[in-house]
Amino acid sequence: MNVRLLDIAHARSGDKGDTANVGLIAIEPAWYPVLERYVTRDRVAAHFRGIITGAVERYELPNLNALNFLLHGALDGGGTLSLKTDAQGKVFSTAMLRMVLEIPDEEAKALRIPGSKQWPTYQRSPKE
Amino acid sequence: MSSSDKSGRLVRVAAGQGFWGDWLEAPRRQAEGGPIDYLMLDYLAEVTMSILQKQKERDPKMGYARDFIGAVESIWPAIAERGVRVVANAGGVNPPACAEAVRQSAERAGVSKSVRIGVVTGDDLLPRLDELIAGGHALANMETGEPLSTVRDRVLSANAYIGSTPIVEALSKKANIVITGRSTDTALTMAPLRFEFGWGDEDWDRLAAGIIAGHIIECGAQCSGGNCLYDWQNIPDLANVGYPIVEGSADGTFVVAKHPNTGGRISIRSVTEQLVYEMGDPHSYITPDVIADFTSILLEDAGENRVRVFGIKGRPPTDKLKVSIAYRAGFKAVGTLVYSWPDALPKAQLADRVLRERLDNLGLKFDKVLSEFVGASATHGPLVGDPGDPPEVQLRFGVRGEDKAAVERFTREIAPLVLNGPPSVTGFAGGRPKVEEIVAYWPALVDKTVVQTRVEVLG
Repeated sequence: MNVRLLDIAHARSGDKGDTANVGLIAIEPAWYPVLERYVTRDRVAAHFRGIITGAVERYELPNLNALNFLLHGALDGGGTLSLKTDAQGKVFSTAMLRMVLEIPDEEAKALRIPGSKQWPTYQRSPKE
Repeated sequence: MSSSDKSGRLVRVAAGQGFWGDWLEAPRRQAEGGPIDYLMLDYLAEVTMSILQKQKERDPKMGYARDFIGAVESIWPAIAERGVRVVANAGGVNPPACAEAVRQSAERAGVSKSVRIGVVTGDDLLPRLDELIAGGHALANMETGEPLSTVRDRVLSANAYIGSTPIVEALSKKANIVITGRSTDTALTMAPLRFEFGWGDEDWDRLAAGIIAGHIIECGAQCSGGNCLYDWQNIPDLANVGYPIVEGSADGTFVVAKHPNTGGRISIRSVTEQLVYEMGDPHSYITPDVIADFTSILLEDAGENRVRVFGIKGRPPTDKLKVSIAYRAGFKAVGTLVYSWPDALPKAQLADRVLRERLDNLGLKFDKVLSEFVGASATHGPLVGDPGDPPEVQLRFGVRGEDKAAVERFTREIAPLVLNGPPSVTGFAGGRPKVEEIVAYWPALVDKTVVQTRVEVLG
């Protein structure tokens, strides 16, 4: 099943010099292992190919159901040097959420993960 | 109230400003909206120090965050009558001048007898740079490894990030208002908790908890519903968003809360979004006081708009302080034009090619030329795929270089495109782009022993 990160995670991003960080958080705690298994360092490096010039690092925070990615060479020098609209990497978060994962149907079903067929009508739930 | 609060006493530290330019209403609303013990105001971002240094060069009485004076003025009754204490890094590169302005404001308000102002100095390394470099402190750039000597003649400001100790000292000397220069953002929250609960300087877990409390509230409403992606459509009443308050306990656990009858939302998800903000290696969040471990943090729902934070681990800090150095790094300018449907993107792309050819023909040289097509894929790049035929696309064209004259010449090449470039162009009412001097950030480390802070309490 194709699963869009936007439907199973939320995120916030920021900057440290020329590096953008993206914190990726599972919407449901039960979905965190899916992030840990499928959103690998290599997968993220491939996702941002042509957008960043440096390496990708990944850190796990199971206590927060979150992964933290460092995307090096993401900000055209960063800070005040950068000519980019997003010089501070504020929307690398939503760029990350464009990623689509391929998850075995059974696994997705067992975890009640919303799949691609539900995209047009899927409403984010449960409400807080 | 959870069981960890059994010692009874809570210390409430409220965030009133997340950066210089944050909501002017927030300090007053925090002081008046309910009980608080401390108001924490964070004004300093990485490049703020250099802006303040330029202001101080023009006028030796300047160089601090002037918004702070207005903030204090709006809450004198809370400070003078209700005993709310204020901790702020508003001093910038001139804490004594900031303190003097606050003193004058207290006099005008008729409260100077009941106000003691603590001033923390010693973080400013600019006057000592040559001595430090001569003494073998390379102040190498933490990202590139280059020694500071390569840009020494272009340095505008240099400040060590200092920790909680001098703030605690000022509070113990009964300051109601503590003004610092380049304190870490997190120390502004941790210091009041450390002071109130008497945490020792090797009480690593609790010091780390205070730092993480600071990290959660240092960006103001960014943990209480502001800029919150999760379920943003349903976050109530952002117009009256409540800024966060840490309710700290002696054991280092705390609750993140906000005043009643305020908007926004505090939830495990909103707090988690802030926890991961600007995060590096989560195992080692390094501060002058302690290294905090973000992988130890546990969050628990503690009722409506309340999140309990516990389990935090810390360990001893390094023997270095981070230094924030700002230096002149050339010039830049960014110009924009808006192209409309049909074929907005191809029109903007043609304008981009024309502009580049004209800059080439003029023989202008830049270190960097960047064009973006806002509305088609400026921030997500190739991840967008086919953007279709949007109603309009903004060409955003920037140049950067050491040659100011070249950057200035570029700024005169945007407007002509309105008449001599591709059609259906608009949105140029702002006039010619401005040439900006770039003040860049140079992060470095210095031995802790080099930096001696001083605390003075006036009044």
